[in-house]
Amino acid sequence: MKEPKLSEKDLLLMANTIRQDIVKMLVEAKSGHPGGSLGLTDIFTILYFKVMNHNPKKPDWADRDRFVLSNGHVCPVLYAALANSGYFPKSELSTFRKVNSKLQGHPHRGTVPGIENSSGPLGQGISQAVGMAIVSKREKQSWKVYSMIGDGEMNEGMVWEALMLASKYSLDNLVMFIDRNNIQIDGNSDDVLPLEPLGEKLRAFGFDTVEIDGHDMKAIYDAVIACESKPGKPHAIIAKTIPGKGISLMENKFEWHGKAPNKEQGDQALKELNIERETIQKGAD
Amino acid sequence: MAHSKSDSKPDSSTIEQMHLVPDLFAPTIVKKATRDGFGKGLVELTEQNPNIWALSADVSESSRTHWFAEKFPDRFVQVGVAEQNMAGAGAGIAACGKTVFISSFGAFSPGRNFDQIRVCVCYNKVNVKIHGSHTGVSVGPDGASHEILEDLAMMRALPDMIVIAPADMEEAKKATLEVGKLFGPAYIRTSRENSALFTTPQTPFKIGKANVYRDGSDLAIFACGLQVYEALKAAEELKKPENGALDVAVIGCHTIKPIDKETIVKYAKKCEILMSAEDHQVDGGLGSAIAEVLCSVYPAPLYRHGMYRRFAESGNCSDLYKKYELDAAGIVKHAKLAMKLKK
Repeated sequence: MKEPKLSEKDLLLMANTIRQDIVKMLVEAKSGHPGGSLGLTDIFTILYFKVMNHNPKKPDWADRDRFVLSNGHVCPVLYAALANSGYFPKSELSTFRKVNSKLQGHPHRGTVPGIENSSGPLGQGISQAVGMAIVSKREKQSWKVYSMIGDGEMNEGMVWEALMLASKYSLDNLVMFIDRNNIQIDGNSDDVLPLEPLGEKLRAFGFDTVEIDGHDMKAIYDAVIACESKPGKPHAIIAKTIPGKGISLMENKFEWHGKAPNKEQGDQALKELNIERETIQKGAD
Repeated sequence: MAHSKSDSKPDSSTIEQMHLVPDLFAPTIVKKATRDGFGKGLVELTEQNPNIWALSADVSESSRTHWFAEKFPDRFVQVGVAEQNMAGAGAGIAACGKTVFISSFGAFSPGRNFDQIRVCVCYNKVNVKIHGSHTGVSVGPDGASHEILEDLAMMRALPDMIVIAPADMEEAKKATLEVGKLFGPAYIRTSRENSALFTTPQTPFKIGKANVYRDGSDLAIFACGLQVYEALKAAEELKKPENGALDVAVIGCHTIKPIDKETIVKYAKKCEILMSAEDHQVDGGLGSAIAEVLCSVYPAPLYRHGMYRRFAESGNCSDLYKKYELDAAGIVKHAKLAMKLKK
């Protein structure tokens, strides 16, 4: 079944809500990865609230679209998207990274409804996404596989093994987002291990490839929908994102890849997000 | 050394009981590779269960998934020389409700893709079985890079992983059929070399239950893989007066995890000295699994025989087994050393 889809304004408000949830989770946990989580919020909002066929009441529904997170450290945005979709109570978000919580520091399949795969060690999610897409295609199912990988994650050789297999089997039911935020733990991605020309590489690996602004909700939606009319190849959407998006303290700073804001920084971040929220609410429907 | 039984030849009764081939030590005994047992078992299993998928990393003929591929092309995935992706993609397929076998040389799977097996398979709790063929020194001419001697140690350390090293083709086939019926990860370790087919379809096989092929009261040898048959031959030698007329029990311990505690403790009490024999490093494999039982349940001396913390080399299997004392003669030599540990 299709979840009721949100209006444009509601989507903006949902992204704002998710960003606020992320900040609160990280402040409470005193650890975690804000950069990528905030940077990917707009894409997650579009996927979970506009694009994917899923049913939070039936997380194991056989015909659901799969979302496979490969860069598991950005799970705060996944947990917030799942909780806001209704997979589990939002009150559980405050247990993130604490003992006895379902919400592990990196996702664990089987403990959280809606989590399709355990991830953390980089490169492994996209490989699993390819496996799922092979099943859907071979068994002539209509469900699709959406996956997210980080640009730094593409340092892992395993990623390219997975891409070659996706191309071999013409997995046009696979849509892979690449979080092109150009940061990783030791610095800017182009300094740590240059990836460019990324688009050309992906095309050479047999992927239908587009590059978009990962914060332009219409562009995100259009890019995903366009995949449906391009059969025969797996799809790559290189999403240029701003790590830490929405929080001035964090935007574009690799130091915030894996560091949680303290209480004071968190309050400041929430203040900024509330100002943005008011602006959205004042805007036209 | 005096043996307690007047008849030190329990062979005939055990052969009957365990349904071993009649001419157990005939030079003409049929030889087949354990990898063949895996390949045949996989096809038989899939004929019964349409939910089985198999993946190969460019060694489908060598690791015997090619019979599956010919028969069930729609459920076969050739991933190329990419063992990490094989484990990941296999886990993805299993996450869709399939029972998945991934197959390559043990040196590469699990040798190369331990992390993917640990996280994509075990932590994910999906139904993936790992087949590592071409394991141990018995690989032969390819040399030490391909002779994986650490796979049992790696796989044994993973939560929920069942670990089986079959002794002959028939046992490998049964192991494949049995793990295919269970939900959860399992590792099946096979060999390239044709080796004595000494069990039969009637020989019992139960995961976690060791097979006592020969009873004895002086020394109990627990072996897995190709060393089971070598140990049976060694036991024949050891009963000769010039070798001390030892009454040696031989236990085929195909399942390394979960290990058969009951049989280990039974023979520790009976013989007061155990020996392990395996084509694997002496650390971390069958010998270590037995030691863990003994030290916590019934302390008794254990002589661990295998590869002694080193790599091997190229050569044919029989030459290597002779050099590294993993054949019957080598087991005889080490059994005598083991007897010196007996209090």
